[in-house]
Order: sequence, then structure tokens, then C-alpha cells
Amino acid sequence: MSNTVIKVEGLGKQYRLGKVGAATLSSDLNRWIAKVRGKEDPNLKIGEVNDRTKVSTSNLVWALKDINFEVKQGDVLGIIGKNGAGKSTLLKILSRVTAPTIGDIKVKGRIASLLEVGTGFHPELSGRENIYLNGAILGMTKQEIKNKFDEIVDFSGVERYIDTPVKRYSSGMYVRLAFAVAAHLEPEILIVDEVLAVGDAEFQKKCLGKMKDVSGQGRTVLFVSHNMAAVKGLCTTGIVLEQGTIKFNGTSEGAIDFYSRSAYNLSEIPLEERKDRKGNGKLRIKDIIYVNNLGTRVGDLTSGEYYKIQFQFERYQQIDLKQLTFVLQFKNESDEIVTTIATDEQGTVFNTIGNTGCFEIEIPRLNFREGRYLINFMISEKLSFNTPHVTIDYLADAATMNVIRGDYWNSGILNRPKGFIQESSIKIIDL
Amino acid sequence: MMQTKEDWDLIIRPRSKWFQLDLHAIWKYRDLLMLLVKRDFVAVYKQTILGPLWFFIQPVLTALTFTFIFGRVAQLSTEKMPPMAFYLAGITLWTYFSDCFIKTSNTFIANAGVFGKVYFPRLIIPLSILVSNLMKLGIQFLIFLCVWMYYYNTTDKIHPQWQYMWVLPILIIMMAGLGFGFGVLISSLTTKYRDFTFLIGFGVQLLMYGSSIVLPISTMSPKVQFLMKLNPLTSVIEGFKFIFLGSGFFEFNWLLYCFGFMIVLVALSVIIFNKVEKSFMDTV
Repeated sequence: MSNTVIKVEGLGKQYRLGKVGAATLSSDLNRWIAKVRGKEDPNLKIGEVNDRTKVSTSNLVWALKDINFEVKQGDVLGIIGKNGAGKSTLLKILSRVTAPTIGDIKVKGRIASLLEVGTGFHPELSGRENIYLNGAILGMTKQEIKNKFDEIVDFSGVERYIDTPVKRYSSGMYVRLAFAVAAHLEPEILIVDEVLAVGDAEFQKKCLGKMKDVSGQGRTVLFVSHNMAAVKGLCTTGIVLEQGTIKFNGTSEGAIDFYSRSAYNLSEIPLEERKDRKGNGKLRIKDIIYVNNLGTRVGDLTSGEYYKIQFQFERYQQIDLKQLTFVLQFKNESDEIVTTIATDEQGTVFNTIGNTGCFEIEIPRLNFREGRYLINFMISEKLSFNTPHVTIDYLADAATMNVIRGDYWNSGILNRPKGFIQESSIKIIDL
Repeated sequence: MMQTKEDWDLIIRPRSKWFQLDLHAIWKYRDLLMLLVKRDFVAVYKQTILGPLWFFIQPVLTALTFTFIFGRVAQLSTEKMPPMAFYLAGITLWTYFSDCFIKTSNTFIANAGVFGKVYFPRLIIPLSILVSNLMKLGIQFLIFLCVWMYYYNTTDKIHPQWQYMWVLPILIIMMAGLGFGFGVLISSLTTKYRDFTFLIGFGVQLLMYGSSIVLPISTMSPKVQFLMKLNPLTSVIEGFKFIFLGSGFFEFNWLLYCFGFMIVLVALSVIIFNKVEKSFMDTV
């Protein structure tokens, strides 16, 4: 069972930024005439020069570059990475929705891709008609669908509405029916893009179970997700993509570990040395520190205690304080945002600002449970009423916040990990 | 499971071959084609009272309008034919062409959502349009036959050319090919230049007047006649009139020209379509 079923070699995909189309009909004609006459493409030359000498100003970007990997039969490969890392582009090329710029992919066996559920559903048609249509779009023959029809309807749980136009369906029913069709595809290679992020918890469980079945039958699955738990549960091997290149290729545990470590590693770099900041730089955050109720700087935080988070800054230019907004996001280890603190939301308006100082966030009782959290911050200003925010300083994964178990309720029992502590009380009342 | 290294089922590469008509893949997806045809047919008359009757009402109303405006008000020549039969003869094949043309010209843009998520041979979509419009053509042809029978039995103005009846399927194929070719060509261009979408509505209208639907070419000067014959649609439509009514213009050399035109057009459009389909998701 060590047959290679997918082999990706030197794959790259280049996109042109900005406007496509307008005023290029003439350049297209030039290019075409040059090609017919067997001469070099005059436009390509210009592009090449731009690309090599001043990469930063070129409007060509590589969404994927130098991608090489192999997938063996029966592997369940998890592809993880941040937004914009190139995961979707890779899936699109594998699904033949778009062509690569260079390199090639060799595939053994029938390949089916699920980049979306319910592709091609027609709102006027009934559930029954849409099952056939959608199945055929996904590559099934009419006979295959017929054989599985009852199974599909059963799996979706919408028997009662099967002859009703799908435009009358609730969004939940729609997704159930759509996934049911997709789940009954029987390709040798299945490509799945985060379709599991839909439907209610019960249905999600059903979907994950179905995916497990598929991989259990020795078929190959490529799975893209932000959901680390799902990747951990399903995948055997993993790839981490970062800015269009492969940063890790190995087991799924290794990939998850690498992925979360890379985010945390980034947050360990002193802020002054970070190169991935955005914004106009009128003000820069120099350091982020945690201070406890005694005014001492601390490393780890405990649930239920008093803290101040200080964002120390240096200001270089005038900033209109009325427009100044400070937003703070906390992310958990699965890279999901768990909560946000924002001054515009709280109605906070700052009064004074010096050349150096700090934004101080006071937390009377820390509600976070045990875990490692990453902090993103964004400082922005609004220039006039109608313009969007102008970013002054923005940094993702700026710092980590380690929270350890505390005794929030003063009950003598340590709090369980994960999530939040909700202010509450419990009692029994007679009815 | 003994497969050699070179035994790949599919190789995804930056560029496809210059001319690649993968009939095998299209055949594999024939069920999809038929389901799309069914969808087009069913979805049109969902939530209407008259339902499929609309397929009958539309051409009859068009023919009546033409009879009234061009025949009665403008008093244009119908080559001594009963106006109703004359206009219906023109409209029947013309409608097939214009429907195929307009709908296929929208292939990429109308299906961008589906094309962006799933791969199937893209030519399935324009082909399904040809087939679903073929059914519509059948219905319209039936209407034409009824009117034609009526005049055939009640007047002596109509002289069908039975010996040329075998040309009819070729005429239909030519119309299909022309509609497909022009449509696919335009749809490939619209992925990058949306301007063409605006031209189509206007262009089709003009083309109708330039294809002797309204004005028979026998009323024109020889010079204009020659120009009209350069338009491949003219010979097809005049040919149809000749076969059924006995009026109009019918010459094998010109039909051969039309057929050649159609073949070149279809080949050219498939080449451009192939080029566009691989990367259109990046430009659409």
C-alpha cells in the first residue's frame, strides 16, 4: 500500500494583482501576433524585467512556489496554514479549476473535489432533482446516483421535503442535502475544503464519521482545514503551508505541532525586530507586558486574578485622538479568535497622548481558563467620517499569553482548562 | 496494484495542447449533459400558470407581430407567400440560432460559480444548451408545420421541394454549429472583456435584419444580394424557405460555403475556448 497516487513537482502559481482586462486587448493582440509569427512575447519581456529587478513594485505575486510533495495511497493528508498561505490555490489546481503557472501534478485514479457543498444546486428544482444534478456535476453517473439515492436521502434526513423546491429549504436542510450527495461520492482520491464548518454539531459529527469511513476504505483524502482538532482526528500526514511554500511535510501531529509552534515562535521575537508589521507607523508598539495587582511584571497569568496588560509605545507623529481606535484580539491554539477588546465598541475616547507611554488594559478578574493564547493588536485612526480606518500599527501574533489554572470561585478547586469562565451561580429551586 | 512509474491517469500541466477536443471525457459526462438539458427545460416554466405552453405561445406571437408590422403596415414583400407561413419559416431556424448564440455566449460568466468549484469538461455547458434548444426548435417546427399544412391544403401558393427535404437536417446542424461557434467565441472573450456582453443584444438584432428573416433577398439589388449571401445564416434561412415554400434562394455552392464557414468557426471557437477554460477563473 505504498503506491504514490499524487505527485506534485515544482508547482507554482502566479497571480497578477490589480486590474485585469481593461486596455489590454491591444496588448493581447500584439502578443498573439508575435506568437503566430514565432517571435517572443513582447509583454512577457516587460513582465520579466519588472519581476526580477524590482520585485517589491511588481504587480505579479507567487501564490504558490516550488511546491513538491507526494501522497501515497490511503493517506489522509491534512493541509494547514494561515489565511493566504496558498491552501485554497493548491486545492484549486488539484481540482483542475485553474491551471498552474509552472510545474505539474501527476495523479493516479479518479479524483473528486469538494471545495463547496451544493455546487450547481438550482433553487427551483426539487431536492430529488438536485440530487441527480449535483451528483452528476461531481462526476457520478445517473446509475450510480440511482443506486445510492435512498442512502443519500437517508443520510441527509430531509425525506419529507424531497419533492419540494430547494429554495423553500432552511439553510440547514440545504447544507445537509448537499453534503449527503458529496459524501456518497466514491472516488479514489477525495479533496475536501473545510466543508465541515457547516451544519449543527450533530451533523458535523456525522460528517466527520463519514470522512473517517472514507479513509478507512483505503482511499486517499486531502483535507484542508483550520480546525486542528479535525485534522488531528482524521489525518495521518500533514503539510504546513506558509506564504506559498511548504514549511513542513510529515506526520499530521508533527504538522500541527510545527504550525502552532511557528505562530508562538513568532510571538517570542522581540517586537522591535518583527518585520511583518503593517500600518503607517505614526506610532509603534515597542513591548507588551503583563503586570499583576502588586505592580510586578509577570510571565504566566492565573485565572481569576487582577492584571494589567501594557502596550508600550513610541509616538513619532501627531495623531488625532478622537479618531484613535485600539483593538485587541485573543486567539486560542487552534488559531480561532476567542474574544476581542475594542475601544470603539466600549465608547472609549482618549484625552492625551505623549511621545512615549502605554495603552493599559485593566482586567479586574481574568476570565480566561488555562491555555496558550495569542494576541493580535491593531491601532488605527479614522481620517474623516466617510473614510475607512487607516492602520497606524498592526501586528498579528504579537505576543503569547500563558494562562494557568486558578481558583476563580475561591472554592478551593482549580478551574478546568479551555474556554472562558462565565460569571454565574447555581441553585435548585422548587417548581 | 502493480503500476509503473509512468502510468498516470491524469497530468495537470500549465498549458494544454493547442487543439484538444476531449470527446472521451465529454462522453463520460453525458449524464450531466442530459440532466442539464432537463434542468433548463423544467426550470423555465416552474411557477408559471401556462407552463410548457409558453414554448408554443412565444413563436406564434412573434410571427403574428411580424405579419402585422412588416406585412400589413410596412407592406414588405413576402414573395407572394402567405405572410404567416413566410415569417414562421424564417423565425423557426433563426430562433434556434439566436437562442443558442445568446445562451452559449454567457457560458463562462453565468457558470463562474460552478466552474470555480468543480471540474467537468466545460464544453458540456454549451453542448447542453444546443440540445435543450433543439427541443424548443422541435416544438416551433411543429407549429410551423401546422400553419404550413393549413396553407398547403387551402391555397396553391406553397410549392414544397420534396426532393431537397434531406437537406433539412444539415441546415439544422449548420444553425447549431453557427450558434455554438459564435456563442463560444464570445463567451471566451467575455471572461476578460465584458464589453462583448453589451454588444450581443444589439448585434443579434442587427444580424436578424441581415439574414433575410424579414426581407427576402430577391427584393434586393445584386450587389446587396452578394453581401447578404456572405452571411452564412442567409443561405440557411433562404434554403429552409425554399424547401418548404418553394420561394427563396437555394444554391449548393453557397450552402457549401456556409458549411465550411461553420466548420472553421467551430474549430476556432474550440481552440480559444480550450485556451481560456484553463485559467479563466483568474480573470473572470
